[in-house]
Amino acid sequence: MDLNKLFKAMLVVLPIMAVSACSSTSETETDATSTNGTTSSESAANGVQTGGVAPIVSPEEQQRLKFQELRKENVIYFEFDSSAVSPQFEEILKAHAAYLVEHSNVKVVIEGYTDARGTPEYNIALGERRAKSVTKYLQGMGVLPSQMSIVSYGEEKPADTSRSDAAFAQNRRAILVY
Amino acid sequence: MKVLGKCLVLILVLCSAPVKAALDIVITEGVDAARPIVVMPFKWEGQDPMPSQISDVVTSDLARSGTFHPIDTFGLPQKGISGVTEFNTAAWANVSAEAVVMGSIKPYGAGKYLVSFDLIDLVKAQQNPAATKNDLLLDTREAVITQAQFRQYAHRISDIVYEQLTGIKGAFLTRIAYVVVEYGAKFPYRLMIADYDGYNEQMLLRSPEPLMSPSWSPDGRKLAYVSFENKKSEIYIQDIYTQVRTKITSYPSINGAPSFSPDGKKLAITLSKDGQPDIYIVDIATKALTRVTNHYAIDTEARWFPDGKSLLFTSERGGRPQLYRAYLGTGKVSRLTFEGEWNLGGAVMPDGRSIVFVNRTQGKFHIARMDLKTRFMQVLTETRLDESPSIAPNGTMVIYGTTYQGKQVLAAVSMDGRFKARLPMGQGEVKSPSWSPFL
Repeated sequence: MDLNKLFKAMLVVLPIMAVSACSSTSETETDATSTNGTTSSESAANGVQTGGVAPIVSPEEQQRLKFQELRKENVIYFEFDSSAVSPQFEEILKAHAAYLVEHSNVKVVIEGYTDARGTPEYNIALGERRAKSVTKYLQGMGVLPSQMSIVSYGEEKPADTSRSDAAFAQNRRAILVY
Repeated sequence: MKVLGKCLVLILVLCSAPVKAALDIVITEGVDAARPIVVMPFKWEGQDPMPSQISDVVTSDLARSGTFHPIDTFGLPQKGISGVTEFNTAAWANVSAEAVVMGSIKPYGAGKYLVSFDLIDLVKAQQNPAATKNDLLLDTREAVITQAQFRQYAHRISDIVYEQLTGIKGAFLTRIAYVVVEYGAKFPYRLMIADYDGYNEQMLLRSPEPLMSPSWSPDGRKLAYVSFENKKSEIYIQDIYTQVRTKITSYPSINGAPSFSPDGKKLAITLSKDGQPDIYIVDIATKALTRVTNHYAIDTEARWFPDGKSLLFTSERGGRPQLYRAYLGTGKVSRLTFEGEWNLGGAVMPDGRSIVFVNRTQGKFHIARMDLKTRFMQVLTETRLDESPSIAPNGTMVIYGTTYQGKQVLAAVSMDGRFKARLPMGQGEVKSPSWSPFL
């Protein structure tokens, strides 16, 4: 089955179902991951509620769709001077790993970045360590080393160019680029 | 040349027209401690308007050296004089300064000028009013220059004055290389060089990807730097006159922190091709590699000691970044810094006896200096997020990158920490300064 097509079809079908039921509002939301349940929407204008049934999706497909959503998240953030992957990013990395394991021909570049504290060259080394720590994590989940390459940009390409603590937190990151 | 053709996105530009000062110095501290000196406006002996005033350049050179404080020329006892023969010793008895610079500029044929100057010992004149004019003369020179050489010759005069009065060679005829970043621009990363005072700024390279760590060859002709133009770090050497670029290394993972050996034949670099960042030496002609360090921790930022026999570098082998020295003959490595939380990004003084580096204490990053014999460390700066110190070739001043009003700017501090100045730029972030050798 072509998953991509199914997913796209759902993106189209669900809003149509909802919109056709309550054409007076635009507050319709679709959740692609809750496809085994029912969808419902409420119209504030006339108070009626409609019920609908989502297409049947197997648990495996459900898992894949969830991962597909998660893979849209491709940035892992780090603590100051640390290259440890914090547990909150485990789900995201699992999703990427599952995809990479299934598609062994797909390659990913992991880019490592730091904030502006310290020296530029030390930060290149630290950025590489962050990227490596993500590679190790993915490798632990079965991704082949040959699928992954790394590049460190250190403090040279900040996501947020202001030099505040909030900006620094945004800049201490690794990005998975397919 | 093949490389050049391939990188169409990468544009090499060497503007021939001089650009006006890009760096305007703001002296933030240290005027009180400086030695007073008089720099008189040079006398113009031509019919047309004077092409350029040499004494303005000399005045600002001496002021930004941190050693001298050129006093206001408004209330001087004599005006319009250009040499010691016109100097009236008695009239200058109450002027509080230690020396007087005066001179003249004369048209000398087509597009040429004769510039002469005298340096007068005012302390001697005041202590011994009977001294002959010749006794008062510390130096006197004249030279024929073109209009394009006015600034250069003014720096030469500053060098002579500085050396006569301090015994230290002046570093006014030098350049700095630095990186300007303008986020959002088509080519955000630009490698620039300028005279040490910010004049004659010229772009050597611009790129859509980061440029880092410019480092001068000992003859002041070439720059080694890191470029990400091929989506990975690579080390290049570029001739600043001919624009010829040579790719030196492009190993997997990090290619960083190049530093020319004192004989100019080798580069100390950082490579992580063997698993973790280590220090290597690459022979520029043969590209042959010699590994210097082999440790699972980060080793980077190598700089040569002046004798070429050992390297200063940053290592994390003790748990936190600290400075170490690697002896190339024996392979011995010894730790140099212990004070503060981190010490990294080191530079070696021209005499090899002390080092300047980034010190982190209580989370704050400042430039510090340490004497290698006594291990005495002095923090020199009070600015924010200081990094990339580079030492003037005469060892009197450090230029470094810092943060001011949320932007990256360059700043300078004298080796005793008493003189501090900021070098603000119009646009973009300015970083990674590197001071040239004597030119």
